[in-house]
Amino acid sequence: MSGPASLAIQVSGLRKRYGSTVAVDGVSFDVRDGEIFGLIGPNGAGKTTTMECVEGVRTPDEGRVSVLGLDPVRDAYALQLRVGVQLQEAQLQKRITVREAVALWASLYRASTDPRALLEQLGLADKRDAWFMTLSGGQKQRLFIALALINDPELVFLDELTTGLDPQARRAIWDLVRGIRARGKTVFLTTHLMEEAERLCDRVAIIDHGRIVDVDSPASLVRRHCPERTVLVSTADPLAQAQLQEMAGVIVTADDAGVVAIRGTHDDLMTGVIQCVADHRIRVTDFRTIVPTLEDVFLKLTGHSVRE
Amino acid sequence: MRGLWNLTWLEIKIFVREPLGLMGNIIMPVLVFVGLGRMMGGRVDSSARLRGYLDADVPVLVVMLIALNAVLSLVTIIAIYREGGILKRLRATPLRPHTILTAHVLVKLIFSAVTLLLTAVAGRRFYPVAIDAPWLGVTAALLISTISILSIGFLVASLVPTARFAQPVGTALFYPMLAVSGLFVPIATLPSALQVVSHFVPLTYAVSLLRGIWIGDAWSAHVGDVAALVVVFGVCTALSSRVFRWE
Repeated sequence: MSGPASLAIQVSGLRKRYGSTVAVDGVSFDVRDGEIFGLIGPNGAGKTTTMECVEGVRTPDEGRVSVLGLDPVRDAYALQLRVGVQLQEAQLQKRITVREAVALWASLYRASTDPRALLEQLGLADKRDAWFMTLSGGQKQRLFIALALINDPELVFLDELTTGLDPQARRAIWDLVRGIRARGKTVFLTTHLMEEAERLCDRVAIIDHGRIVDVDSPASLVRRHCPERTVLVSTADPLAQAQLQEMAGVIVTADDAGVVAIRGTHDDLMTGVIQCVADHRIRVTDFRTIVPTLEDVFLKLTGHSVRE
Repeated sequence: MRGLWNLTWLEIKIFVREPLGLMGNIIMPVLVFVGLGRMMGGRVDSSARLRGYLDADVPVLVVMLIALNAVLSLVTIIAIYREGGILKRLRATPLRPHTILTAHVLVKLIFSAVTLLLTAVAGRRFYPVAIDAPWLGVTAALLISTISILSIGFLVASLVPTARFAQPVGTALFYPMLAVSGLFVPIATLPSALQVVSHFVPLTYAVSLLRGIWIGDAWSAHVGDVAALVVVFGVCTALSSRVFRWE
């Protein structure tokens, strides 16, 4: 099979209204087999609604959605067997144990991975008999990942997976998600954390006010929308600014503290600065670079910060 | 089906772990039954009226309390599960929606049955008069009544906005129903306005059916009660399947 067969998810013209509010306004994108695809944007942008329409938990007003070749609403049960789902802000029964939750989930699917090994791998082995209510935020999220993986799914949905976790727990979960991809699964996630998207996703779709603004790999998005890089050179050399100015296609400014800023859009800006510093034997006490991130791309494309 | 039994068994275990779960739902009705019986039992030979109370009214009251307990606890648990996103999480599995809800109804029916059994056993030992009811008929009448009342509970659970409202709304709805159901005061002696009200209260038909079967009436005398309860079940189930919210 070729073409569409290599796409895990196809969404076109998706619309969803709640009363008079349009939550998702004509969203189209594809998710390829075996990639980590991120839907990124601020809270309220329509990420979760979009994801829940794709999962089949919610019925879209308009548009076409195909997941693993199935219609998520019409073929809901056939699809549930082949995908794993982690919902945003979900809870389990307060007094259910980790072991019981995993056993219940395993009993609901035909294909099931070894629950014991899964808990071991997710670092929950010693929490097997703990009640859900006694788990920490990170442990709860890892349990939800375990439940999403219990049926050895082809496609995993992760909605705001690391919200509310400390940086250490967040990093551990990122490793887990990369592990899912390494086993050949497709991951579709949402996040409002640009750092998370940048580090984890092969491709991202930026969504704002219910519309997709752009789709690409994080690096390509940055290159296309925010090509400008800055090199900051700290030096006491009075001639430095003029010498650096000789480089082609750069803007150079200096402040009173002796920090010279060289801005440019060339890929080889840094090489050029290093070359120039060496050629003129400029004594440098500090050398820093400022590279734009997805955060900057988001600001540029939407005119507002992702946190607003 | 496998999912249904697994979920039901799991919910039973979880319920037993609730600090006040067993106490409130199983022990209390038994204590009320034995306590009421004892209080009245001392004068049982001197009053035929009291004897009548003990023979049918107190047991039917206890049975109704058990049923209402189950309904209130169902309303609360559905509201809590919805608010916590548990219903939504369970729904994003191969479990069918009706399986999830059926499991909860089964849990309530099972706990009600256990409570009844304990009450009957305690009654044999401590209740002042021997109870001689047609058990098979009573069980059938009770099942019809409970399922019908549970369907009202589901409608309430569909409509209450948050878990915090579930218990008070349920209580405020069901206990006044009990008051005009003819259990405490014969309906004929109620003020005429309340008599009208009582005809629109589903519990009235449940009480009438249960008490009738309890004292040995034929089922043919209670076709109207059964029909009313079936209509209530049909209407509430149809309405709640339209307005039920999973989140």
